[in-house]
Amino acid sequence: MVEGVQSSGQLAAWLAQGQVLFLAIHVLGIACFAYIVAKRLVPLLNGERDLRFDRPFLRLGKVLKFWLGQWKHPRYKTAGVVHVLVFAGFILLAMRAFTVLIVGVSPNFVMPGLTGEAGRVYEFLTDYAATIVFLCMIFAIARRLIFKPARYEVPPQFGKAHKADAIFLLVLIAILMLADSLFEAAKVAAQAQAGQAEFSAVLSLPWLLKVTLLSTSPATLGGLFFAGYLVHEITFYFLLCYRPFGIQFHVETSLFNVYFAKLDRGTLKPVRWGVNDEHLDQVKSFGVKTFEDFTWKHMLDFYSCADCGRCSDNCPANSAGRPLSPRFLTIKARDYAFQNYPMLGQTRNGKALIGSIYSSDEIWSCTTCGACEEECPLLIEYIDKIVDLRRGMVDEGNVPQSLQKPLKALESRGNPYGKLEKKRADWANAREFQQTCPVKTLGKANGADTLYFVDSITSYDDRMQSIGRATAKILGHLGENFGILGAAEKDSGHEVRRFGEETLFMALRDHNTEAIAASGVERIVTADPHAFNALKHDYKDLPPVEHISQVIARGVKSGKIRFTPIRTSDKVYTYHDPCYLGRHNQVYDDPRTVLDAIPGLKRVEMKRSRDRSFCCGGGGLMLFYEPKEEERIGVKRVRMAAEAGANVIVTACPFCMENIEDAIKVAGLEGKMTAIDLAELADQQIARKAPALESEAEIPQECVTGR
Amino acid sequence: MEILVCARRVPDTSENEIQLNSAGNDIERDELVYSINEPDNYAVEEALQIVARIGGNVTVVTVGNEEDEEILRREMAMGASHGVLLTDESFAGSDGRGIASILKAFAQKANYDLILTGVQAEDGGAQVGGMLAALLDCPFASLVNSIEVLEGRKLKVGREIEGGNKEISEIDLPCVLSIQTGINEPRYVGMKGIRAVAAHPIPTYGASDLAVDSGTVGAVAAKVKRVDYFVPSLGKGAEMLGGRREENIDKVLELVAAKGGLK
Repeated sequence: MVEGVQSSGQLAAWLAQGQVLFLAIHVLGIACFAYIVAKRLVPLLNGERDLRFDRPFLRLGKVLKFWLGQWKHPRYKTAGVVHVLVFAGFILLAMRAFTVLIVGVSPNFVMPGLTGEAGRVYEFLTDYAATIVFLCMIFAIARRLIFKPARYEVPPQFGKAHKADAIFLLVLIAILMLADSLFEAAKVAAQAQAGQAEFSAVLSLPWLLKVTLLSTSPATLGGLFFAGYLVHEITFYFLLCYRPFGIQFHVETSLFNVYFAKLDRGTLKPVRWGVNDEHLDQVKSFGVKTFEDFTWKHMLDFYSCADCGRCSDNCPANSAGRPLSPRFLTIKARDYAFQNYPMLGQTRNGKALIGSIYSSDEIWSCTTCGACEEECPLLIEYIDKIVDLRRGMVDEGNVPQSLQKPLKALESRGNPYGKLEKKRADWANAREFQQTCPVKTLGKANGADTLYFVDSITSYDDRMQSIGRATAKILGHLGENFGILGAAEKDSGHEVRRFGEETLFMALRDHNTEAIAASGVERIVTADPHAFNALKHDYKDLPPVEHISQVIARGVKSGKIRFTPIRTSDKVYTYHDPCYLGRHNQVYDDPRTVLDAIPGLKRVEMKRSRDRSFCCGGGGLMLFYEPKEEERIGVKRVRMAAEAGANVIVTACPFCMENIEDAIKVAGLEGKMTAIDLAELADQQIARKAPALESEAEIPQECVTGR
Repeated sequence: MEILVCARRVPDTSENEIQLNSAGNDIERDELVYSINEPDNYAVEEALQIVARIGGNVTVVTVGNEEDEEILRREMAMGASHGVLLTDESFAGSDGRGIASILKAFAQKANYDLILTGVQAEDGGAQVGGMLAALLDCPFASLVNSIEVLEGRKLKVGREIEGGNKEISEIDLPCVLSIQTGINEPRYVGMKGIRAVAAHPIPTYGASDLAVDSGTVGAVAAKVKRVDYFVPSLGKGAEMLGGRREENIDKVLELVAAKGGLK
């Protein structure tokens, strides 16, 4: 062993030489960071209101689960595990980073509470934390360079690749860890040379460096100690000030983004926070037209995006080649904010977003399925932004011709097809059907406990009327005293609202709310998940609402519903989760319970099921929209069912039925694949007193009438 | 540029099931939904686009009664500066020439640089545009599907010619043009827009305000009278397919192929 360092006091002395320099870097670094953050806050302060300060405990719970608990990360195994490790490492190292920074100015500083044994344990943890973060960086760089996951690619229409920037940041973090470890290793090596008690965790990065440094001369050791500190400090502040210019800003913003995240699933933001419907007439401009029309929280979303690409990887519109990528919806807005709210120079605002950074087709392409939001580890919101942008376009009259007709028809007739109001109950009134299953139209003299809210597609579409009749028969079988509103029912307006026509939606909602109140029912059942979501989340003060799958599942559990066995053995069923039943309302198990209660039914799961279900192509007005796409979304979905080995797709939504049945034909799978609604299947398999009804995999005879 | 657009309210063919009345002289109008005649909507959009480029005002006028205010409001919500209703008991039952006479009387009250009509009313006979031009002694172009404003009070207009050809003409202002659908993509008018103009006044003019000669308008003066109205019966060789859409498509393909139309 070389002539050792006299004492640890000498370590402090080495560091003290740089005190002024370190202090200068501290001051400069903190000042720069404060300036940058202040500048970044400018757009947020110019943004629209957003009331996100309620329910603090629920919000803290979200922070614990999604921020500290990194809940969504493992949905992508490799990247997820790496991120959890890096995040844990950063959390552990945060205290050390502060301590180290203060040590530069006050060499003998020890963080209160981290003396003695506690300090030893903490050092042990941070040694490994730095090592793990360092290794993760090496792995992440290798992944970017060698394995190149497809979701990080930047399609040409969205600009240049982000790879160089990503790797630059990873390298910086690796340097930070290395510098910190070197600083620590030099200190420990010096202590060892002085024969003092020293500690570093075995096989950690500081330990490895210490071992190599043990025979280094004290002068060199001092130089390395000093250099380690300096590089660490410079890298630390460089990262701190560089992060707000790119994807790593989420290190700072994620905590706030998760705390202020949306709490209520299935809902939409109001046109203006804090303005109720009665005063909406006074709001001159609806929706988002310029960047400043976004709420501050939505701007925070833009800052928080980590560019991980999970949203677009799961987006059905993106996968079908529509001109929409949720990832770039965010990235483009962030770039806009950075360019128009520059660090130096004048702010430019008020530019129209549609036609500059966004195209109208891009914004109309979204099916509002929610796959992107379900996936985002940072809980970034997309649907509210899309709807706000659509509200802006509707307000300007910028609506595709294909959507204008149905919207006009909804306004004048209460349904998108322009069909007569008085024919709304025709599906139920066909004489043959009325004889087997009488359906009341509710009125003054005709009350009921339960309202079956049918909605437009099931009322008017020949094919979907069969779902209506099956639903009515199931309710009848359960002995429900139920009825329909008939001509008094108008479209629920679910997609009217999601397509940005808030005023028309409000008219439909008010009409239906009044009709439902007048009917005096105690609860509502619907077989249409879009109506279900509308009545549950978009309407107010209604009786409780259930989807028919929930009603059937309860009937199965209570024994009121028993099924006859499936006789054919060549049928393999798969359940397709409708977005507005599954993701938006968390009804995943009830439909599966029903299917599994049918004896002899073979069921397989598609790879994308439950909260990762893949949209059928979109409901409501989306059926009228003519998207630019390479392949139909529904065709992709049908192929997924075929891959899973299924030949019957069961769904629980008339819009899914429409899209899937069309897609079966387009995919050329006619005859090999069929689709059936859960209500139709249940109705067909219900064991009734008369055993004559045990026909299989066909729509029962009485449902065919009235077509 | 001061632009006048003549519009009309008609039963909306996409939102109605048109049926004959029991007398067999008109359609059953009890449950009809009305909207602006579609080509007229394109004319208003075109006028608005011209005004957006070079400035001016758009006035939309219709002959009818207070129910027809609905379409005027819709067009005002689109951006028209004024809506005007020409209404008088004596106007009822006017034929094409009668309507053109009423519109002429209104058009002469101000100096319009350009008058647009839809190419035809969905329930009409494509008469009014040409007659209005003649009565005003103005140049006229029909079936217009593009308009470019030139220097020196001239327009360059494109017209659709049968067979897919296009003709470009220069026309002096003031003039009357009948507008073909497809000239533009009319903007959407939402309920919010309509509500915003709900309280805007709509001036009305009667026969005396317009000094219309009562001998030229109304049922009495009409020289064209409807004597019958019916759904044509199936002719020889015509076949109606009544199945589901998919079946019909298959059947059509089969029939066309059988006649040698598909090779």
